Amino acid sequence: MQVPTQVQAARAATGDAEQEALGRLRESRRRQWLLTLAIRVGSLAVVLAAWEVVGRQINPILFAPPSAVARAAVELIGSGELWRYLSQSLLVLAYGFALGAVLGVAAGLLMARFWVLDVALETYITALYSIPMVAVVPVLVLWLGFDVVAKTAVIFLFTFFPITINTYQGVKHVDPRLIEVGRAFRANETRLWQHIVLPAALPFIIAGLRLAIGRGLIAMVFADIYTAISGIGYLIVRYASIYQVDKMFVPVVTLGVLGVSLTGLLRLVERRLAPWLHQESHE
Amino acid sequence: MSDQHGKIVVEKASKVFREGTVVAFRNLDLVVQEHETLCIVGPSGCGKTTLLRCIAGLIPLTSGKILIDGQPVCEPRAGVAVVFQHFGLLPWKTVADNVAFGLVMAGAPRARIAEQVARCLRLVGLEGFERSYPYQLSGGMQQRVGLARALAVDPSVLLMDEPFASVDAQTRELLQEELLALMAREPKTMVFITHSIDEALVLGDRVAVLSSRPGRVKEILTVAFPRPRNMAWIRAQDTYIALRNYIWEQLRPSVVA
Repeated sequence: MQVPTQVQAARAATGDAEQEALGRLRESRRRQWLLTLAIRVGSLAVVLAAWEVVGRQINPILFAPPSAVARAAVELIGSGELWRYLSQSLLVLAYGFALGAVLGVAAGLLMARFWVLDVALETYITALYSIPMVAVVPVLVLWLGFDVVAKTAVIFLFTFFPITINTYQGVKHVDPRLIEVGRAFRANETRLWQHIVLPAALPFIIAGLRLAIGRGLIAMVFADIYTAISGIGYLIVRYASIYQVDKMFVPVVTLGVLGVSLTGLLRLVERRLAPWLHQESHE
Repeated sequence: MSDQHGKIVVEKASKVFREGTVVAFRNLDLVVQEHETLCIVGPSGCGKTTLLRCIAGLIPLTSGKILIDGQPVCEPRAGVAVVFQHFGLLPWKTVADNVAFGLVMAGAPRARIAEQVARCLRLVGLEGFERSYPYQLSGGMQQRVGLARALAVDPSVLLMDEPFASVDAQTRELLQEELLALMAREPKTMVFITHSIDEALVLGDRVAVLSSRPGRVKEILTVAFPRPRNMAWIRAQDTYIALRNYIWEQLRPSVVA
């Protein structure tokens, strides 16, 4: 069929307009991204500058400006001291978090699946979750001693409950319509869990892990300081007690960096495992 | 045994919710013959979706019975597939894996799954989208996936729960046309719930008009347009216009604006 030249021109114009609109969209996204970055960098600069100005005016026995902290960091990292203590702490964190994650996910799944367990355990889980775990540490020391076992137990207790509760919620929040689809296509229970319930609950579970990692870091320092003193907690306490505040700040800042990067890592994992949650819809 | 014969027989079926305070439908009788398309129209809340879910075996009747191939339905059966208004696609699965879902649940061998998935995606015009995810598709394309998933299990009965209600008007038209072509190629028994009189007349061999709560069959009309069907031709017929007006008059009293 012969397409009139006017139509061809109109088509070409539409095509150009489309390209232009797409280009504009891309451009505005890029600008948004640059702006976000600029604000982050700017705010960091302001905070560091203020810290520097205030820090210089205070007795170095009590406070240290970021420049001094940076110098101390170079020293502590260079000598291997920071890593030596940090690695002790991280190892315990890994034990406790792994235990909390495995048992927490398992407990959440079992409670969500078996009504009896749900009814029987729900109150305890909620009650234990609301007890400040800090209060339990002396008892743990009494039972488990001062070493790795006790430290692992502290971190386990801090991480187990948020993971359990999130896993449970994730299973309970599976779209009932999707369960019905599963039933309509004659899924047996195993396959229903494998293909529908678990994937649907996964984002909740990962959110639980993210929550738990923050609490795990708190627990880690807590265990360092309040059981046999060791690890990065020891580093903080030691430098504070000998008034080397610049060096004391190095492990403190390290903990902040660790928290941000571990949480970010789990966000990435979530994006990879549940891409459908982060996409804009088709229209 | 039932005294009526048909692919699907609904006999004195009632469904009551909330300890009897809400009656979805009561003493409902319907027969669907093999390879027939029965469209069910009715106002919102006449229990048509509930009826479909009962036929699918997803929820039990309060009383009465439903037979498919002479067998009472008490759970979802092999050979019966449902297409949902909400599509019901699994967002974590690709298009191909969504289409394969029913076969995987049935434990079909790999080779057969691959073959069926390819065939059904071709039937609904979605070749090349195997590895896409539902969220990357338009509503119309998502429902094509829903349809392909139902077709993949080679059902003899298709239960359609307002499948095109949530896609735009042009897409709906297109999907209706394609469904007609599919049915012409591979005849199936189909129960098609819709609130569109037009859709019911274009697709159905018969149209059951349901009344509002409690739902009951007001009337069943035979739509005798020849097959294969041409939608434009059907809409131009006087019979079509007469039926359309008649059904609307039937429904009007129970449609509360």
